[in-house]
Amino acid sequence: MTPLHHATMPPASASEILVMYERMLLIRRVEERLGADFKAGHLIAGVHLYSGQEAVGVGVCQHLGTDDWIASNHRGHGHFLAKGGDVRAMMAEIHAKVTGVCRGMGGTMHVADLGKGILGANGIVGGGISLICGAAFSQSLQGRGSVSVAFFGDGASTQGVMSEALNLSALWKLPMIFVCENNLFSEFSRSDTVVAGRIVDRAAAYGVPGVQVDGNDLDAVWEVAGQAVRRARTGDGPTFIEAFTYRMAGHVEAETGFLQGAQYRSSDEVTAWAERDPIRRCAERLVQRGQASPEQLAFIEERVAAQVADAVQFALDSPPPSPEQALKFMFA
Amino acid sequence: MTKRRLIQAINDALVEEMTRDERVILFGEDVEISLFGDTRGLAQRFGPARIRNTPICEALITGMALGAAAAGHRVVAHMMFANFTYTGFDSIANQASKLRYMTGGQARLPVTYVAAYGGGRSIAAHHSDTPYPLLMNLGGIRIAVPSTPEDAKGLMKACIRSDSPSFFLEAGGRGGEMGEVPEGDFVTPWGQAAVRRTGGDVTLVAIGSMVKLAMAAADVLCNEHGIHAEVIDPRTLVPLDEACILTSVEKTGRLVLVDESRDRCSAASHIAAIVSDKAFSWLRAPIKRVTVPDVAMPYAPNLERLVMPSVERIVGTVKSLSDKRL
Repeated sequence: MTPLHHATMPPASASEILVMYERMLLIRRVEERLGADFKAGHLIAGVHLYSGQEAVGVGVCQHLGTDDWIASNHRGHGHFLAKGGDVRAMMAEIHAKVTGVCRGMGGTMHVADLGKGILGANGIVGGGISLICGAAFSQSLQGRGSVSVAFFGDGASTQGVMSEALNLSALWKLPMIFVCENNLFSEFSRSDTVVAGRIVDRAAAYGVPGVQVDGNDLDAVWEVAGQAVRRARTGDGPTFIEAFTYRMAGHVEAETGFLQGAQYRSSDEVTAWAERDPIRRCAERLVQRGQASPEQLAFIEERVAAQVADAVQFALDSPPPSPEQALKFMFA
Repeated sequence: MTKRRLIQAINDALVEEMTRDERVILFGEDVEISLFGDTRGLAQRFGPARIRNTPICEALITGMALGAAAAGHRVVAHMMFANFTYTGFDSIANQASKLRYMTGGQARLPVTYVAAYGGGRSIAAHHSDTPYPLLMNLGGIRIAVPSTPEDAKGLMKACIRSDSPSFFLEAGGRGGEMGEVPEGDFVTPWGQAAVRRTGGDVTLVAIGSMVKLAMAAADVLCNEHGIHAEVIDPRTLVPLDEACILTSVEKTGRLVLVDESRDRCSAASHIAAIVSDKAFSWLRAPIKRVTVPDVAMPYAPNLERLVMPSVERIVGTVKSLSDKRL
């Protein structure tokens, strides 16, 4: 593993941590609501929830602006919101409404807002890596210091395109950041049964600096992401971050139906990871450090709850797409 | 008008478009030296910020083209041989053809995939495929298949100026063919077929390099059999100029399609379906397809000649219709 050589960054300010805390909480409450609504039969399709991984998306995207691009995967609600995507537009998209961010054409696995640098969630595992490599190439030619981030999982690390992108981005010194969220499962297969060696070591083979980080520790993710983004902005090329985390929900909310009782992980494991909940850890630290009072956090909780309720109501009140829309949008 | 080889006409279009719009960039395997000559000299002229050799990594190239386009460039991704697009097909089938639709019309993706297609050179099945039927079926890809230097230039410009992903398919090994090319800037329109020869007895719709064979067959039919064939070159398969084909069939009542893709689900069978659907009452004979049988392209020259469409097969097919029905 090639270490990152940048000096340690000064810690995030209290106000910045509070912004990230609120965003993590928004993602969690949105996902919890979607999970509950799915179980109640109120959603039209299964959803892949980001619960448990919030610190990765938020800790990375906190360093990004509108001119920076991200590409995401099937578990993309969290990345969308972390990059500043609109929660109403996302909720309406998941409910297949015309007010959705993709007008109801993409749905839960494909939320995208190109105007905000969100190239989109992606139903093809590893599908976003090549897209973001191209965005990074374009940015390198434009020379404005913008960067591109590919979010993918341990499952995508075994796709050939990840190696192709490591090779080319290293060779061309592209402003690209590989963020591998290692949540220990490729769909329903434990990663140690399908992934050989350490994922981060793939980067070293191409001379790309790689770093492993506790993906449930917001401070740690924020710091390594900051170093990677700085490297990319200053023309030093790509960085590979392997963030260890865990999906607290299953692979997809529909799984209890089709797995028919088949088990692929233990409840002890889920409980152990719940102890490392990134949002609770962040809240405890904020209070311990005197950066926020319990009352402040309760106020944020209320504000987020209202935002989620508003987004759901907006989605429910919105109309579905008109029939004519089925034949639109194929060509510019 | 000036005389240009087909491959020179493509090169001219690339030079003119890269000069006209600095957002146009081009990358692919060995594009700097250029195997076919279509990108030759561009590296010296425009430098590595505009044209660049990539590693051999088609799965990445096809997707990178889209990402760079979304971020503001107009991208020409050279795939070399059409078979190599299969290695990169995920981003073509799952992303290029669908991203605009899936994002509710957000994505603007000015990407031109360039590839050489077709058989006839004994380079066997991994370098001889004709992939436009697959591409046509994807829905969101525009497809240009020029048969002349003029259209090669005009269609390359149309592809580069398109905000939707497009394929520019150049007939492999036929870049040396000469033709007249108009002076100055011109763009060949999408979905507008060219009638290469008029005639009242039978309509020949020939795609890409098959136009040359169809024209030769039309000569033979006229000179030796007194049959007057109308030859239509669709020029673009998506969008397809259905009106031009239907108008011709209304006049001739007979249709023979010449297509060097494999017969099953070919462009020819698609056009045949359209015509039987929309012009059945005008037909005086069954629609016939001169295509490649459903085999991989053989290496042995005698076998390759056997499976590729030929002037003899076109003439024989037309005569089989005419003998019974004229």
